[in-house]
Amino acid sequence: MTSARRGTWAQFRTHRGAVIGAGILLIAAFAVLFGPHLWSIDPHLIDIRARNQGISFAHPLGADRLGRDTLARMLAGGRVSLAVAGAAMGLALSLGAVIGVASGYFRRLDGPLMRLTDLFLALPLLPLLLVIIALFRDALRAAFGPETGIFILIASVIGATSWMKTARIVRGEVLALKEREFVLASGALGAPAGRLIFRHILPGVISPIMISAALGVGDAIITESALSFLGLGFPPDFPTWGRLLYDSTDYLQQYPGRVLWPGLAISLTVLSINYVGDGLRDALDPRTRG
Amino acid sequence: MGTYTLRRLLFAVPTLLFISLVIFLLLDLAPSDPTANLPLTIPPEVRQKIRESLGLGEPIHIRYLLWCKQFFINEPLNVVEALLGAGDSERLRVLSWQTRSPVVDLIVERLPQTLWVVGLSYVIGVLIAIPIGIISAYRQYSWFDQIGTFVSTVGFSVPTFFTGVLLIVVFSVGLGWFPSIYDTTHRVTDWSSFLVQARQMAMPVFVLALYNAAQISRFMRSSMLENLNQDYVRTARGKGFHERRILFVHVLRNSMIPVVTIIALGVPQVFGGAIITEQIFKVNGLGQLLIVAIQGGDLPTVQTLTFIFAGLIVTFNLVADILYGVLDPTIRYDQR
Repeated sequence: MTSARRGTWAQFRTHRGAVIGAGILLIAAFAVLFGPHLWSIDPHLIDIRARNQGISFAHPLGADRLGRDTLARMLAGGRVSLAVAGAAMGLALSLGAVIGVASGYFRRLDGPLMRLTDLFLALPLLPLLLVIIALFRDALRAAFGPETGIFILIASVIGATSWMKTARIVRGEVLALKEREFVLASGALGAPAGRLIFRHILPGVISPIMISAALGVGDAIITESALSFLGLGFPPDFPTWGRLLYDSTDYLQQYPGRVLWPGLAISLTVLSINYVGDGLRDALDPRTRG
Repeated sequence: MGTYTLRRLLFAVPTLLFISLVIFLLLDLAPSDPTANLPLTIPPEVRQKIRESLGLGEPIHIRYLLWCKQFFINEPLNVVEALLGAGDSERLRVLSWQTRSPVVDLIVERLPQTLWVVGLSYVIGVLIAIPIGIISAYRQYSWFDQIGTFVSTVGFSVPTFFTGVLLIVVFSVGLGWFPSIYDTTHRVTDWSSFLVQARQMAMPVFVLALYNAAQISRFMRSSMLENLNQDYVRTARGKGFHERRILFVHVLRNSMIPVVTIIALGVPQVFGGAIITEQIFKVNGLGQLLIVAIQGGDLPTVQTLTFIFAGLIVTFNLVADILYGVLDPTIRYDQR
C-alpha cells in the first residue's frame, strides 16, 4: 500500500503542470483560510472617502464604489466560492458514488438508475439551475436567512446536477471489479453485500472518484461564478468571486482594471485544478504509468 | 441500422414527454407568484382575477395537458398552415405572461441572432480545433504541441464571462476597435454595413470559438494519438505509403469517428453556454430571452425554452449515436 502510494506520488511529481497547480491551489486555500485574519479590514466596511480608489498602500488592490477594500472582499469571496464548490463537489461525489456502486453491483437497480442518469444528462442544466435558483431563492432565504439559505441552495443544486459522470465511471469500474477473483472468492466465503462493497469494491474505485472530484471542483467554481455573474447567485452585499466580477462589469468603462482580480482568481484556480486533475489521472491510471 | 434508428426515435418520444413533465412540475411546485412583481396597491380580489386570467385557476394536470396540446399539436399545425399558406385559423397558443404574445413567435424572433453568433462560433471553433489537434498529435511533445495543449487547457479553464469581459476591456474600452454591445437592429445591405456587422460579431464569436476549440482540439489530439500507435499505421508505413497519405487518409478517417460524435454532442451545450456570452455582449438571443423570462417569473416562456433546450440535447444525442453507427462499420446496433 505504502509503496503504491509512493509510486503514485513519484508519478504525480513528474507532471510539472500538476505540481505548479497544486502549489497555486495550496496558496489560494491558505489565503482564503488565513488571509482574513492577516488582512483584517472588514470586507463590508464602507469608507466613502476611499471610493473608487486605485492601488494604494492602504488598499493594495484598490477599493470599490462604496470604498470597500477589494483585497478583503477578494479573500472573503474566495472563501465562499471555494466552500460552495467543495460542498457541491462533496454532494455530487457521494451521489455519484452511491448511484454508480448501486447500479454496478445490484443488477436489478442497474436499468432504472441508468435511465435516471440518462434523464439527468438530457436536462438542460444551466437553464434549469437558473430556474430553480430564481424560483426557490425566496423560500430558502426566509427559512435559513439570506446567506445560509442561498449557500445551501446553490451548493445542493450544483451538486444534484453534476453527479452523472461520476456515477457512470464508477458503475463501469464496479462492473469490471465485481467479476474479479478476489471479490468472487470473498462472496463465496459468505461475505454479505455491504462488506463486499465497503471492503473490496470501494477501495478499487477510489481513483476514478478522486479524479472526478478534482475536475468537479473546477466545474463547480465555474458554475457558481456563472450563476453569480448572471445575477442569480448570492445577494449583492455578499462577496463571491463571481459576484465581484459581475459588480465590476457595471464600471467597465470607467475602471476596467477592477474586473481583473476576481476574473484572475477564478481562472487561475480552475486552471490549477484542471492541471492537478490531469496529473492525478496520469498518476492513478496504471496503464499510463511507465 | 434502420430498425435501430426507428427504435431510438420511438424511445425519444416518451423521454421528451417525461422531461417536459419534470420541467413543468418543477416550475409549478416552486413557490413563485406571477403577480408578485405587480404594485402592492392592487387588491387581493383583482390579483386573484389576474391569476385566473393567466390560467392558474385550473388544476395542475389540466394545465400540463393544455401546454402539451398547445405546444405539440397547435404550434406544429400553425407551422403547417403557414407553409401551405392556408390562412390562420384560431388556435390556442402558448402565451408569454410578460408580453401576452405567443412564445413561439418570441423564439422565432430571437433565433437568428443566437444562430448567427453561436452557430458561427461553433463552426469556427471546429475548424480551428481539428488542424491543431492533428498537428499536436503528429508532433507530440514538440513546441507546437506544448503551446497548443497549454492554450487549450487555458481556453477551457478560463470561463467565458471572464474572457468576454477581458476582450471588452482591451478591444472596446482600451483600443476602441469593436463595439461592446451587439446591435440587433442593424441590417446588412451593402459592404460597409457588412463590415459593421462583422465588427460587432467579432468578439462574441471569438470568445465562444476559443472555448469550443479548446475542448474539441483536446479530443482530436488524443484520438489521433490513439490511432497513430496502431498496427495498421505501422503496416501502412512498412508498405511504403506516403506519410501524407497515411496521416490524412488512414489515421485521420479513423480518428474523426469519435470526434464527429463529440462535435454533435456539443451542439446543444453550445446553446446553453451561449446564455452567458449573450448576456456579456448584450445579444438579444434565446439565452437573453430565458434570463428575462426567469427574472419576470414568466413560466410559459421558461417552460417552452427549457423544453426546447432539452429537445436539442435528446436530438443531438440521437444524431451522435446514429453517426457513430454510420461512420464506424464495426459497430452494429441491430445485432443482439
